[in-house]
Amino acid sequence: MVLKTEHYVINVGPQHPSTHGVFRLRLTLDGEVIVDVEPIFGYLHRGMEKIAEGRNYTKNIPLTDRLDYLSSMINNQAYCMAVENLLNITVPERAQYIRVIMAELQRMASHLAGIGFFMNDIGAFSTPLLYMFREREKIVELFDMACGQRLNYNYMRFGGVSMDLPEEFLPALKKLLDGMPGFINEYDKLISTNEIVLVRAKGVGILPKELAVNASAAGPVLRGSGIKWDLRKNQPYSIYDRFEFDIPTGEIGDTYDRYAVRLEEIRQSVRILKQAIAQLPAGETMAKVSKLIRPPASETYTAVEGPKGELGFFVVADGSENPYRWHVRAPSLINLTALKEMLLGWKVADLMAIFGSIDIVMGEVDR
Amino acid sequence: MKDIAFIEIAALIRERFGDGVAAADDKRLIVEPPRLAEVAAFLRDDPNLNLDYLSSVTAIDHKTDFTLIYHLYSLTKNQRLTMRVPVVDRVSPAVPSVTPIWRGADLQEREIFDLFGIEFSGHPNLKRLFMWEGFPGFPLRKDWVNRGP
Repeated sequence: MVLKTEHYVINVGPQHPSTHGVFRLRLTLDGEVIVDVEPIFGYLHRGMEKIAEGRNYTKNIPLTDRLDYLSSMINNQAYCMAVENLLNITVPERAQYIRVIMAELQRMASHLAGIGFFMNDIGAFSTPLLYMFREREKIVELFDMACGQRLNYNYMRFGGVSMDLPEEFLPALKKLLDGMPGFINEYDKLISTNEIVLVRAKGVGILPKELAVNASAAGPVLRGSGIKWDLRKNQPYSIYDRFEFDIPTGEIGDTYDRYAVRLEEIRQSVRILKQAIAQLPAGETMAKVSKLIRPPASETYTAVEGPKGELGFFVVADGSENPYRWHVRAPSLINLTALKEMLLGWKVADLMAIFGSIDIVMGEVDR
Repeated sequence: MKDIAFIEIAALIRERFGDGVAAADDKRLIVEPPRLAEVAAFLRDDPNLNLDYLSSVTAIDHKTDFTLIYHLYSLTKNQRLTMRVPVVDRVSPAVPSVTPIWRGADLQEREIFDLFGIEFSGHPNLKRLFMWEGFPGFPLRKDWVNRGP
């Protein structure tokens, strides 16, 4: 007897915890196998780009905090750099170093959260996530010291940073960096060779090199597929050309490679931070910039390497105090372009592993 | 990353596709919409340019017309190019889609369609991205008025 089967459609999300509350995947299934995928966003749409047109340049800095809220410092940095380009402001040396320190700490915090949630998504309930949050908490405390906030920092300003580092900051940072290699080895031991993780992640959800490039994937998703591309090296901004670090890449672009790239990037961030502390000069942390700025009619696209990939701000000025057009090139959104190809042919149980390995933040996907 | 000179690239495009397809000064490269898809394929496949990565597509509303802006990278040659495409018709704006050339344009063209109302002919799945089907108007247009409750 031949069994007659029919395709059927199910929705994953928006309530599913792994879809972060506001993301829906409409799956067409043949038994357990995924044969079609349609991602649906648009539950959160806060209309940031529209709001930004009605506020002045400075008041838009807090909006950037709320995009990728696990990487607010880097969002601040990218937007401030864009406006500095419009105004031709030179940022003082000390402020540049402080920005790099904050950005690299933020990259570590974001990757820790990313790996932790990825583990949570594939069913490693609590333990790895809590280990990751143990170190993320220390980073968040450092941010709290620097600017009085644990999330949504709003720390960077056009021309520098809002205040200098407090006295207790550098000793606490050094202590964190001394402990970090040990912690990373601990994660490595806990996760990287874990038999269940290997079965769930190795060879699963492969994103081939050519497709990764063609689909504009960025960050660990692109590098996991073996493309050595990092804006900190390829388009050096701020003072990144002064530091030595490597760009880790994966081999085949599977779920495991994307995880491994993130873990290695935490190690590289520790390297950068150690060099930045050693070189940190004394001096001003803010250039002279007037309170209400009116950039001349011009436009800029300024991109940095965020934890999720290329984060770009496209700002058009018309000479008034508000931006005429304000656009964010959001890596979390664009990394979902190839989601369909990554999921086709895999089973429902693999969906969360593959989806979790892309590491998206809904604030940035659904702006 | 180095920038590709606009004037030279415009000359290359004109040589290949005829007059009236591209124009440039030292600040911008303008490609006219009718043959955009062919120009895009040329930019990607020409061995000297090899612009294989579409970093970003976005639009500006100038109140009377629109401009689309494409930021392109070549990952192998480490160079970049910014291309502008004017969209003059405000009533039924449409340009050829570049999604068949760079898959990365997929969601970004849908976003522009959703928020500016510019159609991309040849896009495989042109639907609203953020707003729901039937949402009145296109919020990022300058003449859009919020008619909320």
